[in-house]
Amino acid sequence: MSQTDDHTNNDQVDNGHVNNDHVNNYRRKFLGQLAAVTATGALGSGLVLNNFAQARPADEAVSSNVRYGLLIDTSKCGNGCDACVKACNDENGLQGFDRPETDAQWIRTVKLRDKSTNRTVSLPMMCQHCEFPPCVDVCPTGASFKRADGIVLVDKHLCIGCRYCMMACPYKARSFIHEELTGQVQGIPRGKGTVESCTLCVHRVDKGETPACVEACAKDGHKALIFGDLKDASSEIALRISKEASMQVRGDLKLNPGVRYQGI
Amino acid sequence: MQSTFITNITGIRTALLSLMLFCLPAFAGVPTPDIPKGKGDKCVEETDFMRKNHMELILHQRDETVHRGIRTKKHSFKECINCHAVKDDDNVPVDFKNPKHFCNSCHTFAAVKIDCFECHASRPGNDKRGHGKTNDSAMSKH
Repeated sequence: MSQTDDHTNNDQVDNGHVNNDHVNNYRRKFLGQLAAVTATGALGSGLVLNNFAQARPADEAVSSNVRYGLLIDTSKCGNGCDACVKACNDENGLQGFDRPETDAQWIRTVKLRDKSTNRTVSLPMMCQHCEFPPCVDVCPTGASFKRADGIVLVDKHLCIGCRYCMMACPYKARSFIHEELTGQVQGIPRGKGTVESCTLCVHRVDKGETPACVEACAKDGHKALIFGDLKDASSEIALRISKEASMQVRGDLKLNPGVRYQGI
Repeated sequence: MQSTFITNITGIRTALLSLMLFCLPAFAGVPTPDIPKGKGDKCVEETDFMRKNHMELILHQRDETVHRGIRTKKHSFKECINCHAVKDDDNVPVDFKNPKHFCNSCHTFAAVKIDCFECHASRPGNDKRGHGKTNDSAMSKH
């Protein structure tokens, strides 16, 4: 249940791989700290660069010292704005087949209305990247998995398209690809017969960038979405959730989603 | 005794060699795959090794990338596609359906069906945001 358990488990997964990684990780961490000290020293006035250690080297495995998440302030969402959805579709090459029932949808906008007050709130809903993802629990082939850094993904090489995960997900976050696809975006493989969902733009995150939806939202001037490392106390997202009220959708299910909302 | 044996062997070898030379025009008629050359001087591993083991490298790297987020370029599938892109007459990279596609040229000959391109992009340049370009700067130091 606690994050400490999760940490230990993921460390064990890491341990299963080549031993050299540990040496390299240690060396990297040490050098990183050394560089950080030097940088802080150079800046002099106690100014710390938040994004200093963002880009992980391409040959280094993801670590459970990091947990990526999103903070979505729905009060900042523009009325009828769907910039995040469009950016997601564009980034990942999601195409429609004029069949809204089954077309792939990694982010959708959901409208909530409080019946007693008539207050309506619009919010983007995507894979919530749960700490205890039910999609992973039910997957019979191990295709649904959680990366060490908390990103929940589908290994499409292993997916048999049974769609148990779609039934298990309380957020209806996953889509099944019904049609043969062509013209996929390089680096974002998608194909008929597999299940997919928001990857938190893992291909961008691995380069130290933010997800496409977050970038598009900021570009539009709303800044309703913030992406960051929940475990890094100095990150913007961790600072915000430690000071401001935020909630998890269906928090009662105790899945501990990595996506949190404000203003709902 | 031994020298006779050696002479015999040499004789047989000569006979076989002349037979092979004689039959050469017949061998030349067998269609061989016309494998297009990739970019640069050589592949990431020796050509002979790649011929036999490319699938093992791709399989290994696939798990490393999907599950552990390791995105080194050396054995990455994306880089295979980028380096071995074959262009058509209009200078546009061809996709897997085209018989000239690097993977297709050999796999059709060997009658080995691959399903990589049911999901993966089979050519570079169809990336609207140009990830291939930004990748270079992020990963060149490794």
